[in-house]
Amino acid sequence: MWKTVLRRLLTMIPQIILLSIIVFVVAQNMPGDPFTGMIDPNVDPAQIEALREAAGWNDPVPVQYVRWVGNVLQGDFGRSYAQQVPVTTLIGGRAANSLRLGIVSTFFTYLIALPFGMFAGRFNNSWFDKFVMIYNYISYAIPTFVLALLMVFIFGYRLGWFPTFGSKNVTMTAGTAEYYWDMFYRLLLPGFTGGILGTASTTQTLRSEVIDAKTQDYVRTARSKGVPEGKIYAKHIFRNALLPIASSFGFIFSSLLSGSVFIEQIFAFNGMGDLFITSINGRDYSVVITLTLLYGILAIIGSLISDIALSLADPRIRID
Amino acid sequence: MDRNDDKLKKTAVIEGASESEELSAPPMGFKVIVREFLKDRVAMIALIILVLILLTTLVWSLRLDANAVMQVDILRNFEKPVEFEWGLIADAWNGEKTLIFGADDYGRDVFTQLLLAAWNSIIIAVAVTSIIATIGISLGLIAGYYGGKVDNAIMRVTDFVMTLPTTMIIIVFMVVVPKVTIPSFVFIMSVFSWTGYCRVVRSKSLSESSRDYISASKTMGTPTWKIILLEMLPNLSSLIMVQLILSYAGNIGLETGLTFLGYGLPEQIPSLGRLVSSATTPYNMEFRTWVWLPASTLILVLMLSINYVGQALKRASDAKQRLG
Repeated sequence: MWKTVLRRLLTMIPQIILLSIIVFVVAQNMPGDPFTGMIDPNVDPAQIEALREAAGWNDPVPVQYVRWVGNVLQGDFGRSYAQQVPVTTLIGGRAANSLRLGIVSTFFTYLIALPFGMFAGRFNNSWFDKFVMIYNYISYAIPTFVLALLMVFIFGYRLGWFPTFGSKNVTMTAGTAEYYWDMFYRLLLPGFTGGILGTASTTQTLRSEVIDAKTQDYVRTARSKGVPEGKIYAKHIFRNALLPIASSFGFIFSSLLSGSVFIEQIFAFNGMGDLFITSINGRDYSVVITLTLLYGILAIIGSLISDIALSLADPRIRID
Repeated sequence: MDRNDDKLKKTAVIEGASESEELSAPPMGFKVIVREFLKDRVAMIALIILVLILLTTLVWSLRLDANAVMQVDILRNFEKPVEFEWGLIADAWNGEKTLIFGADDYGRDVFTQLLLAAWNSIIIAVAVTSIIATIGISLGLIAGYYGGKVDNAIMRVTDFVMTLPTTMIIIVFMVVVPKVTIPSFVFIMSVFSWTGYCRVVRSKSLSESSRDYISASKTMGTPTWKIILLEMLPNLSSLIMVQLILSYAGNIGLETGLTFLGYGLPEQIPSLGRLVSSATTPYNMEFRTWVWLPASTLILVLMLSINYVGQALKRASDAKQRLG
């Protein structure tokens, strides 16, 4: 298996190079640059030109690309022109926020999906099963931004249970217990929204696995041994039904860091998705390129992790 | 029902795993679909709602002039909805500005915008779906029919496109395009979304291409294009139809989502995403619900009913899951 993993990692390299070329060339063609809007009209155009020259934007694109790759290989992803900090610092801070949100979302996903899937499968065709099926349809079909807006509207504005925007309360002093509690509290609503969106496939898989397992021989054996019904489900069936869910690990991994553009926009949450939109609007190339590349790499690694997790969980599945 | 499932499974086991596909996917007749819808009342309601939305928006979009509806009237910005009367709908039908759902930030009538916007979304999603289906199905058929090196090459490209962060790349491209029009938007959305079709069609046609009827046709000297289009494709039709409907719903979501973020349809074209995006201002969200709530609800209803109809069709194409 490790041979396969190594081969997959090696095939990643041309993919990433191709992705970086596409993103780099396209980003270079974006209209305007960070200097367009920021320098007031009284400044001598020659000075802007000098700044552009100094930044190397007048060189041909291939030259710029090679220079950029050289820098990236040394760990230098450039500076954000809009915020005047290194891209890595900027992304690092945002990634921490997205990671927190991702963890809370994942927690909610499993908190909802595991009991829903288990009980809907155990009591299939009951009213609870029907409720879960309807819930599943809705959570699968609803677009992210519609759900996020409705959540903010209902729980934020109408009921007033949660703050409606931001990841931090800037008036509080950092480091106090109150500050951390506030930060956590602000994660709940966006995290719950993200969690709901992730449940459909897990619930569905778990439910059909449990329904399948019900008639299997090992369950009949357990029953005839006199194992209590609750224990059969909790120990025997649950374990086996979890196997196919292992494949979602990779997806979770890549979504943990990348965050969601929609959720972060609507909750005004300072994560990676929000940074991406801000950078696009500010024509902050170095950030856009690095982010897109990062997302691509995360997706590739994520799909690899899925395959590995699946083959570890179920020895019958071999990847090669 | 459980017992029936069991029986089917046992026969499948007896006949060998490779044969089980045949059991689960018999040709999908029109009768089977009708029976499925009659049996599943919710799917029937979803279908009726869908047809109603389609007809209403189609008729109104023929009747209304988009330029007149999108005429800026700054004095009436965010005007509240008037009290509802049936007569108002008739007035709106005659092209009057009735403000049944009030006015948006530029004083434009939300009700008529909504109808035009829904029709735009429906049409754009049809365009995107047909383009990506054509690309994906052709590549999938070719990869599956020839197998080997051709298959390898096509799947490499597909895997690469699949790992691309689609939403981000589309946004980057939308910024680069000098002038955003409906065709350029449709084109950019389609370039990165065909991979699902390719994978689904390829895996099915790989197993199909080793069947006897294909070998028989080859021996008889039937031209390759005839084998692929007239013999293999019909056997994949039920699979493709389900994929078409589910991806159609996805494309409506993608289009409205991108327009919501501001990287979709241009300002002067009525769009659901733009109406919803007015909710990003806290004041609008809390006190001017008439601008964004109807559009959000319409998107939700549209997505739910399309998905429900799609799921019913999916069940109809799979004998094991059928209700009727």
